[in-house]
Amino acid sequence: MLELTVFSLLNGLVYGLLLFMLSSGLTLIFSMMGVLNFAHASFYMLGAYLAYSISTKVGFWPGLVLAPPLVGVLGALVERYGLRHVHRYGHVAELIFTFGLAFLIQESVVLVWGKQMVDYHEPALLAFPLFSLWGTEFPAYKAFMLAVSIGIFIALFVVLTRSRVGLIIQAAITHPSQVAMLGHNVPLVFTAVFGVGTALAGLAGVIAGPVLSTFPGMAAVLGSIVFVVIVVGGLGSLAGAFIASLLIGLLQTFAVAVNYSMKDLLAAFGVATSRASMLSDLYSVTVAQIAPILPYLLLVLILIFRPTGLLGKREV
Amino acid sequence: MSGFARRNAIWWAALVLVVLLPQVARSGASIAVLDQMCIMVIFSLSYNMMLGQGGMLSFGHAVYYGLGGYVAIHFMKMAGGGAFFLPLPLVPLIGGIAGLAFGLVFGSFSTNRAGTVFAMISLGIGELIAASSLIFVKFSGGEEGITADRTGLTSFFGIHFRGEVPVYYLIAGWMMLSAWLMYRFSRTPVGRMANAVRDNPERVEFVGYSQKQIRLITFMAAGFFAGIAGGLFALNYEIVTEEAVNLTTSGVVLLQAFIGGVGFFAGPVIGAVVYTLLQTLLSNYTEIWAFYVGLIFVATVMYAPTGLTGLIMMHLPIARAGRLRSLALPYLRIGLPALACALGVIGLLELLHFLSVRATGQAVKRLFWMKFDVDQPLPWIVFAALALGGFLVARRMAPRLAAAWAAANPHAQGARAR
Repeated sequence: MLELTVFSLLNGLVYGLLLFMLSSGLTLIFSMMGVLNFAHASFYMLGAYLAYSISTKVGFWPGLVLAPPLVGVLGALVERYGLRHVHRYGHVAELIFTFGLAFLIQESVVLVWGKQMVDYHEPALLAFPLFSLWGTEFPAYKAFMLAVSIGIFIALFVVLTRSRVGLIIQAAITHPSQVAMLGHNVPLVFTAVFGVGTALAGLAGVIAGPVLSTFPGMAAVLGSIVFVVIVVGGLGSLAGAFIASLLIGLLQTFAVAVNYSMKDLLAAFGVATSRASMLSDLYSVTVAQIAPILPYLLLVLILIFRPTGLLGKREV
Repeated sequence: MSGFARRNAIWWAALVLVVLLPQVARSGASIAVLDQMCIMVIFSLSYNMMLGQGGMLSFGHAVYYGLGGYVAIHFMKMAGGGAFFLPLPLVPLIGGIAGLAFGLVFGSFSTNRAGTVFAMISLGIGELIAASSLIFVKFSGGEEGITADRTGLTSFFGIHFRGEVPVYYLIAGWMMLSAWLMYRFSRTPVGRMANAVRDNPERVEFVGYSQKQIRLITFMAAGFFAGIAGGLFALNYEIVTEEAVNLTTSGVVLLQAFIGGVGFFAGPVIGAVVYTLLQTLLSNYTEIWAFYVGLIFVATVMYAPTGLTGLIMMHLPIARAGRLRSLALPYLRIGLPALACALGVIGLLELLHFLSVRATGQAVKRLFWMKFDVDQPLPWIVFAALALGGFLVARRMAPRLAAAWAAANPHAQGARAR
């Protein structure tokens, strides 16, 4: 039990921080432009695929350095020549545009790299178990992921709260016209934030690709979860996104380890259940089996009962 | 009165077309395409009841389509086993009632607000149901899905619906009926108020209506018709799998409605027809047809937000004024370079795709009835030049088209956007 708890905690932390790397960019973009970027996870996927292509030529480390800026430039171009153009038609059109973009990126990945999973793996340097507890090994690569995510978190925090650029960004979120009045190029700030946000998503893809496997469906797997994170955390709130990322990460890793079902609960109270009817699945599925739907359940519940999320100030 | 007669004329023309089409396109494959088209027309129209008429952007509309399909196929299965009496033509109604019921359940809490909240809740419900359909296997059959046999059902006034054509007429009949009902719905006071809620919910409240109630009614009606489409899917294919409820299907219906044009009643019909044609015809020629559809979709969102129907409607006032001919030359001037650009882009994409799927040693790609050696630089240069050159020339010609437009348009203010 202790073994399970420790490893679920570690894996949940790795997964949660990865989610934060994606959701931090998404929530920043939302608070600036008021647009939920459906294609955010697609940039994450692009990061993984670009890093894979680079890694086949020159190795993992150049991929780690080169792929995120490439994705960021792509993201900035999308903002400048796509999103800004659609902005005049309103938020719904922007949402639909990013949705179409996600579709397009998905199909272009299939077009260039094929439908099959690609063999993107961790560098030989990190392919060893870091430590082993109760006979279970913890891979060094996951520790590396943890380190990168924490580093990004600290860097983001410092840049946003301590630097001049961070101050301008924070001001542009709440008072864009006054910031423009002071002589700052607000549209450029938007483009830059969009680029950095997508670059962070790309970085998340680069380091997650080897662990969560690199395939054309990887954006769809994480895309909606990232939405859950920023809605649960409160739209526009970085601290909320951080808490929600860890919460969702831990929730999902712990849930897959729990092998009880409603039936067991009922049996504990002496209620017998039959397996015959069509709806018997409802109480015979285990918590582990419903783990994938828990985040969405949380999303729907939060939106109904607390639309501002945990730490958000404004409603969705 | 003349407007009423003209609208009816369109319905009669559609009916004649629907009746005659299987006589013209007799092959089994084309009838299968027509079946799919009819089902998608209902599904898209029901989607547009929410997006176009009610202002609710849903990312999970397949929930009502798929659940309607599941319930319908379970009823088909039970009725086929002799559990109760159910004539085949009424199966879609079962799906519709299921869609209505789920619309009531999910709509009761998701229609409080429109906009992004609604979109997010619909996404959450969509993910929830799609993931659940792989978990609750007894109901959904997991990845294999649920199958049933429609021939086991009792006949309907002696009609057995054996063979493709009778089944087509059944589906087409439901399509015409549903489309007509949805059109009538949009003309009822509730339908009109749905438009008002879309445009200005606050004012609707001041007039004395509950915006939530109106949204809920619209939502349930949309669920009902999506369920009918799902029931027809179950009836036609005799199998319903997880694919019917998943997010891809929800995305496809958004794509169809938007490409067709969400501002017009006929928009989703055109969108569904065009999408089905693209899906079935284009996929014969290229593996990356979905990419082209995505390109068309993004281009529509960016440059023609009123969709294909919007583009057609833009030309109506000019056609009425008899000035359509004055646009022919400017269109030709921009059309030829645009065509060259499209050819170049298609060539580049196909070559690029060929690189990733080719067997080792294979270097020749057949395209546009020609052969290209992808290892040589020449085909790449030619296509890139076509794409870039076509784009630049077309862009230079764009102001001339705009000027011709302004000259031809009888209304000085320009065409109505919606």
